[in-house]
Amino acid sequence: MNSIILRVGTRYLSGLLLLFSIYMLLRGHNEPGGGFIGGLIGSTGFVLYALGCSVGEARSALRVLPQNIAMAGLGIALLAGIFAALFGDALFTGQWLFVGGTKEEGGIPISTVLVFDIGVYLVVFGSILSLVFAMEEEI
Amino acid sequence: MGVLPVLLALALFALFATALPRVAAGEVLRYAWDWVPSLGIALSFVIDGLSLTFALLISGIGTLVLLYSNTYLAGHPQFARFALFLTSFMLAMLGLVLADNLIALFVFWELTTITSYLLIGFGHETEKGRRSALQALFVTGAGALAMLAGFILLGVTAGTFEISEIVAQGDAIITDSMYLPILILVLAGAFTKSAQFPFHFWLPNAMAAPTPVSAFLHSATMVKGGVYLMARLYPALSGTDVWMWTLTIAGGFTAVFASVLALRQTDLKQALAYTTLMALGTLTLFLGQSGGYAMTAFVSFLIVHSLYKAALFLVVGCIDHGTGTREADVLGGLLRPMPVTALAAALAALSMAGLPPFIGFIGKELMYAGAIRAPSDPWLVTGAVVAASALMFAVAGVVGFKPFWRPAGGEMPIKPHEAPWPMLAGPVLLAILGLAFGLLPGLLQVPLVNPTVAGLMGEAADPKTLQLWAGVNLPLYLSGATIVAGGVLYALHRPLRRALTAADAAAPNFDRGWDRFLDGLKAFAKWQTRIVQPGVLRAYIFITFATVLAATAGTLLVTAALPAVPDFSTVTWKNVALIALIIAGALITAVTHSRITAMAALGVVGIGIAVLFIVFSAPDVAITQLLVETLIVVLVAVALLRLPTLTAHGRPRFRPWDAALGLGIGTSVTLVLLAVLEAPLDRRLSDYFEIASWPDAFGRNIVNVILVDFRALDTFGEIAVVVIAALSAYALLRTTKEKDPE
Repeated sequence: MNSIILRVGTRYLSGLLLLFSIYMLLRGHNEPGGGFIGGLIGSTGFVLYALGCSVGEARSALRVLPQNIAMAGLGIALLAGIFAALFGDALFTGQWLFVGGTKEEGGIPISTVLVFDIGVYLVVFGSILSLVFAMEEEI
Repeated sequence: MGVLPVLLALALFALFATALPRVAAGEVLRYAWDWVPSLGIALSFVIDGLSLTFALLISGIGTLVLLYSNTYLAGHPQFARFALFLTSFMLAMLGLVLADNLIALFVFWELTTITSYLLIGFGHETEKGRRSALQALFVTGAGALAMLAGFILLGVTAGTFEISEIVAQGDAIITDSMYLPILILVLAGAFTKSAQFPFHFWLPNAMAAPTPVSAFLHSATMVKGGVYLMARLYPALSGTDVWMWTLTIAGGFTAVFASVLALRQTDLKQALAYTTLMALGTLTLFLGQSGGYAMTAFVSFLIVHSLYKAALFLVVGCIDHGTGTREADVLGGLLRPMPVTALAAALAALSMAGLPPFIGFIGKELMYAGAIRAPSDPWLVTGAVVAASALMFAVAGVVGFKPFWRPAGGEMPIKPHEAPWPMLAGPVLLAILGLAFGLLPGLLQVPLVNPTVAGLMGEAADPKTLQLWAGVNLPLYLSGATIVAGGVLYALHRPLRRALTAADAAAPNFDRGWDRFLDGLKAFAKWQTRIVQPGVLRAYIFITFATVLAATAGTLLVTAALPAVPDFSTVTWKNVALIALIIAGALITAVTHSRITAMAALGVVGIGIAVLFIVFSAPDVAITQLLVETLIVVLVAVALLRLPTLTAHGRPRFRPWDAALGLGIGTSVTLVLLAVLEAPLDRRLSDYFEIASWPDAFGRNIVNVILVDFRALDTFGEIAVVVIAALSAYALLRTTKEKDPE
């Protein structure tokens, strides 16, 4: 698409969407959001970029092959699930750590659940982009 | 590297040998670990007479065969693979005979099937090797599936999957109404594995495997898996006329039929393959009978056969190795160049022929003693066993005597030379054991035969004595007759073979029948693929949705539970407007001539549904729906922009089938949803999630907590599907590009 407005606009919009997607990913455990939604939003940013500029530019901005991102996401999710086995729990049992105080004291939670959600995010993000890029290049 | 599997097998043999004194004393050793306790499946093993006999044969012959293979396949580029397959097979087979749980037994059973497939297909460069391997896999695999069904029925009927508990309630099982289905299904597995007629055809083809494999899997151990299973379940399933006659007829026919065909073969290995069929038939035949003689005959012939047959197979491997051919008519005069092989062959063949003082003689005498007392029909059983034994005698001469002691019938490809010692150790040792056990049958009697017979017959066990001289009795006369008849058959084996070849060519051929069956199956698969998957996207979508319609509408019609008209009083104008928007979008999509309009209208439908989700307070679902809709519209719009424009008159104006299908789907889904809502909503799970979400999973967004914590395994499966789908679609897009460069 040869629209200069779209091209300039997406440069900023894509970054904002990516930032927003991470925000959605992180808030997901307590507010609407999460890995699926975050991944969708994040990929929308890059889809816009690919439409506004070109797939080549979007690919070089991404630096990594989207298929690899998807597969890495699957691996991360799996590792997050297996992590529970180290503590003798059933697979995919969430493991929690509260930094600087307990849950009630407002400690910052770090969990395998979040790692798992990041895996989901990357799977959705990478899968959509590998499809969209391939379709764009094909057509 | 090749020495490690040998040492492993030897260590296992030594380990099992240490159990001999305790088993001889009548003890039954059990070891169990929980596997899937919720389904009553345990990894339990039992060492009694029967399993110990098999375990010793497997590990003992395994040691010798592995040692033999090290030299036989020395320098083969894929030797490591071969050793891995063969060792895996040995372990799987040990698991099969030691397992005391039906499901565990089934798993090991299938492991032997798979390793057998890999070993038969070891020479996968040849068409014949691939075909034989696949045939063996299909036949035994199909039988095993039937057997699994039988196992499940048996386990449910008996209330346990533990074999030792099942065999303890044999009387209850044979009177149960499920007895006949169980028997048929279990025997389907046993008969295919042990190559009983009419499933016999895969075994001679399996000789495409390297000779050590044939000696180990397809003679001494794996093919006896079916016989083992029948023996293991003998206390639970035998004692009925169905059992007796099925096993008598199948076993007896297989034995005679196979031994006649054995005489027809000119390839020594093929001849041995058919004699293996004969042995399997005979073992099945005796399991069909009852009484001390039949059971003792079963156990002793089982051991006897494994010893001499493994030895002879290995001898044939030595001949092949030393001369480059296995053709009976070509080979001859090998006594001088291959003296040690000749000695082993002679000893093993004498045992196979059933001459004293070899263990083969004792085995044959016991078989005759069992046959003349057969509860099914003494004449039939005796006739079958005598005929098969006489033919065995002749084949033993063709395989073990003729290549060494008679002049050569043609030029051998390699100048005959003796095999190296690792290849001789196996056949010599096994052949000498055949003689040693014949002279000292007590070595087998107490530690193996008696406990096995006791396991088969329970408290009424009366194992008979293995002895060389049982006095002048009917079996002795029968033995004499066998030797005379066998001698005549051997003397006439050339003209007989010609006649048999002619007769065999005229008879129906199961192997070719198998090919026709497979061809038919493939043609059917092709035909239905052409109909169901014609390669046109619209047809796929039509078929998919038509199937959904048939399933839902059919269920609705059968259950005949049309839901009542719901109460519309709570519907607000806001909702009505939303629904109207969705309907309008759908209608426009259906009737418009412009693709862009259709896409935009479809987007309206999707976004309308997303808003509906928000109205009913499901923000997560709504956001996802909205994003997916956006992505789809963007994507398809991009695709459409670059496609050549399609003129409106290219499409038919009205498509009645599509309209009917769409309306049908909509109606049936609506009815299903209404019916679902009529039933009281089970809120136990939702309540649990609401209560547990914050205290247990530290999350307030229940949807997300369910996704990443409570149901994380499901989510993991879903994202795996997403990745696979994306990669497949990516591969599809790339393939078409390469094929069709612009």
